[in-house]
Amino acid sequence: MTSTGMTSTDVTGSGLASSDIAQDTVILAAASPDKPQPYAELGLQDNEYARIRSILGRRPTEAELAMYSVMWSEHCSYKSSKVHLAYFGETTTDAMREKMLAGIGENAGVVEIGDGWAATFKIESHNHPSYVEPYQGAATGVGGIVRDILAMGARPVAVTDQLRFGPADAGDTARVLPGVVAGISGYGNSLGLANIGGETYFDASYAGNPLVNAGCIGVLRASDMYTAHASGTGNKIILYGSRTGLDGIGGVSVLASATFGGSGARAKLPSVQVGDPFAEKVLIECTLEVFRAGLVVGIQDLGGAGLSCATSELASAGDGGMAVDLDAVPLRASGMSAAEILSSESQERMCAVVTPDKVDAFLAVCAKWDVPAVVIGEVTDTGRLVISHRGEVVVDVPPRTVAHDGPVYRRPYRRPDSQDALQANTSANLARPATEELGGLILRLAASENLCAKGWITDQYDRYVRGNTVLAQPSDAGMVRVDDETSLGLAMASDCNARFAALDPYRGTQLALAEAYRNVATSGATPLAVTNCLNFGSPEDPGVMWQFREAVHGLADGCVELGIPVTGGNVSFYNQTGAEAILPTPVVGVLGVIDDVARRIGPRFGQGRTPEMLFLLGETRDELDGSEWARVVHGHLGGTPPRVGLAAEQRLAGVMAQAAKAGLVTAAHDLSEGGLAQALVEMCVLSDCGAAITLPPPDPFVALFSETTARILVAVPTSRIGEFAQLCDEHGQPSSALGTVTPTRPRLEISGVTDISLAEMRDAWSGTLPALFG
Amino acid sequence: MTVRIGVITFPGSLDDVDALRAAKVVGAEPVSLWHADADLRGVDAVIIPGGFSYGDYLRAGAIAAQAPVMRSVIDAARGGLPVLGICNGFQVLCEASLLPGALVRNAGLRFRCIDQQLTVERTSTVWTSRYRNEYDEVRPILIPLKHAEGRYVATELDLDALEAEDRVLFRYHGGNPNGSLRDIAGICSADGRIAGLMPHPEHAIDALTGPGTDGLGMFSSLMDSLIGIAS
Repeated sequence: MTSTGMTSTDVTGSGLASSDIAQDTVILAAASPDKPQPYAELGLQDNEYARIRSILGRRPTEAELAMYSVMWSEHCSYKSSKVHLAYFGETTTDAMREKMLAGIGENAGVVEIGDGWAATFKIESHNHPSYVEPYQGAATGVGGIVRDILAMGARPVAVTDQLRFGPADAGDTARVLPGVVAGISGYGNSLGLANIGGETYFDASYAGNPLVNAGCIGVLRASDMYTAHASGTGNKIILYGSRTGLDGIGGVSVLASATFGGSGARAKLPSVQVGDPFAEKVLIECTLEVFRAGLVVGIQDLGGAGLSCATSELASAGDGGMAVDLDAVPLRASGMSAAEILSSESQERMCAVVTPDKVDAFLAVCAKWDVPAVVIGEVTDTGRLVISHRGEVVVDVPPRTVAHDGPVYRRPYRRPDSQDALQANTSANLARPATEELGGLILRLAASENLCAKGWITDQYDRYVRGNTVLAQPSDAGMVRVDDETSLGLAMASDCNARFAALDPYRGTQLALAEAYRNVATSGATPLAVTNCLNFGSPEDPGVMWQFREAVHGLADGCVELGIPVTGGNVSFYNQTGAEAILPTPVVGVLGVIDDVARRIGPRFGQGRTPEMLFLLGETRDELDGSEWARVVHGHLGGTPPRVGLAAEQRLAGVMAQAAKAGLVTAAHDLSEGGLAQALVEMCVLSDCGAAITLPPPDPFVALFSETTARILVAVPTSRIGEFAQLCDEHGQPSSALGTVTPTRPRLEISGVTDISLAEMRDAWSGTLPALFG
Repeated sequence: MTVRIGVITFPGSLDDVDALRAAKVVGAEPVSLWHADADLRGVDAVIIPGGFSYGDYLRAGAIAAQAPVMRSVIDAARGGLPVLGICNGFQVLCEASLLPGALVRNAGLRFRCIDQQLTVERTSTVWTSRYRNEYDEVRPILIPLKHAEGRYVATELDLDALEAEDRVLFRYHGGNPNGSLRDIAGICSADGRIAGLMPHPEHAIDALTGPGTDGLGMFSSLMDSLIGIAS
């Protein structure tokens, strides 16, 4: 059969296949140096292709070309971001590294949390697939991050989601949002991982490019950490999990064409991978069992770039050589070519390195869980990654050149000329409301798309499974108990106000860090480590590259000031529609630890019999540039974001940790978008309880809606006010008494300003998403 | 005496650890049962936990109902062994014909995870006797609920029979979250020993991790009954 005989309707992959064509082998490649190759269609530049030829001393085979093109893609190689990301390493001090067991470059960062426990956490993007196919894109985003955590030797215990969509009432949002949420729900809920929080924002810049980031936390004994390395010559490489199919081929390479090697027009299955959550669930349990039994030397998940990535990364992190036989790989479709098998992103697969004497035991565990598992190769001392297919050698490369020696770009970056005008256009000239309008404004903002309750989304996620969830949405941070046998807990929060990042990416990223840090502190936990998911437009745009560089520097410098390390991260570029980039969206995740989860602080006051007073911790300035008020009322974005005060955040965190330990605070909520007004509405509604307050002078509008940072609203039992005041004094923490919790009066009374019923607040805050999405 | 409560783990079970914990909290010895093993290991009661057994890719609970361990459970249940099916476990019991009716896709078609009020409709069972003592019978209990396929349906004839035989165990209170017929959240066999419900009492045994402790009553009831038998 010739290639012209291929049909384009072979979507099942079961009929005509490339097995009928002579495959491109290393011998053939050496003998036909001038054969034209579609490297440009695979996203490789002329100089990159030339470099591959020079590394190999010949032209690459089709399979090698597929491997290099996908591993040297932006997504896998970080070629545009690498030079900037190095700044994280340069700025991390030994003191910050003290509790870090694994950092940037591993599947996920790992930190010690005490009592012999360690935690691992990471956030990853799955933006583009989620726009093309919202359900599967989001579902496999969850699957991928969970396998990253698993590959560190940890049991995944909780997930979070950071979502950004176009305007809530836009037609396409009605397609994308319910699909994304259903995908996270359908996949995540099947895994037995509590969903403990996340964020949802709406902005026009995401209309053609939604952001779907997924986070996961895992726990492990500090002594049980695994890494992705293949060492020990003669050790076996076991591929286990789902079969390898034609789905997700080329999914990670932005410019990947529909076909490889010019072998005809065989249609691939959807380029967005299809998830099977049941297969993932048994893969998790099976993997944890082989860990427990001590059967594994090294382990790697199969995510972006599939076997290309797993084999080259394992080999280059180990003794440097590996031999793999693709004929052993269980396939879903017949006649897949070597390039297809190596590039497939079929989900729910892992690769383990196992000593020969433990192979039988490993396979037995897989059999118990009905997980397909085969030995596909072994570690060698040749320094080469040699892959054969149908008895012929189709890949023979130095593995590091695939996995780590990809191109590094020093792309031009330049502060856009428009930035000055953007910052000059402050909110100072916007009309501010009269005092009698403030009550209505509180309700209007509470109902706005970014401030409204997100229960329509989060109620589709299981937050209870495994019984260790101590706090979940809508708390400021999610919190899980590490294990039944300990009172040790982990808190996680993630944040990014992309409007602030647009006004000043350096400061905006520090504000994201500050807010995530504060959210963790609000729960009573002590912040410990940082991860990130940096979502930006095209790196080929010098303005975007400038935003990116500013964001990295802002985050790294901020972490130095706070004394906590960045342990990992993810970069997603090319988030734009045509020439229009998304708002720079550097999502920052902070992990914290608490000795005793029973001391956690939630957002609900008025639950006990003791009378409580409300205090505002921190100082309020007139800071409304980039605020939700400016956006909702005036459709305005301009000026400079609120001042960053990391020393103040640290002080606040110290106060909250001690207040939690001493039981001085019954409820707390951080102030962020929407300011004090929004915090009051949320606390009252969540508590099903009223409050009566007096605003600090001079300006009630500023007091209610300013978005000054380093502020937390707390409820303190009246019997403990003395101790609390003393604690604030000791820390030099500014604090002002606002008023009282009023369990018998279900209203928010703001003296001289307004008096709103709980029912009005609940309807405004809770009604928006159900009205839009049913 | 030591009471042994077995909890089945199917591939895809999720809340098995929670059910085992609940058994431990009320003082029983929790015993893990494996889907492929027909041996019930001499347990005094069986809990079929929540989750997505075998992925629930056919109908929820349909494949699990055919598992080796379930053949033993069905025989033992017919012989009087107390059996509780929670969520997916309830679906399994219906698929195994130990309880009538079926659980279908929620009205509204979405997965829902909420804290739900229930009324206890019958307290004369091994699973609910504690609610008679601890609570005024009209006081609803608060239990988490989390499922996409929890809408209870049955023929009118079956529904009438359930009501007539006092086999409706729990009803949704203050709003029906999934469109279940006659607000039914849980049912039982005529003797009350085989029970199934969609909400998750095992997630309401500790105020730290759940909405309260209203779920504890189901496990304590069982203990009362089993220890009573022994003495």
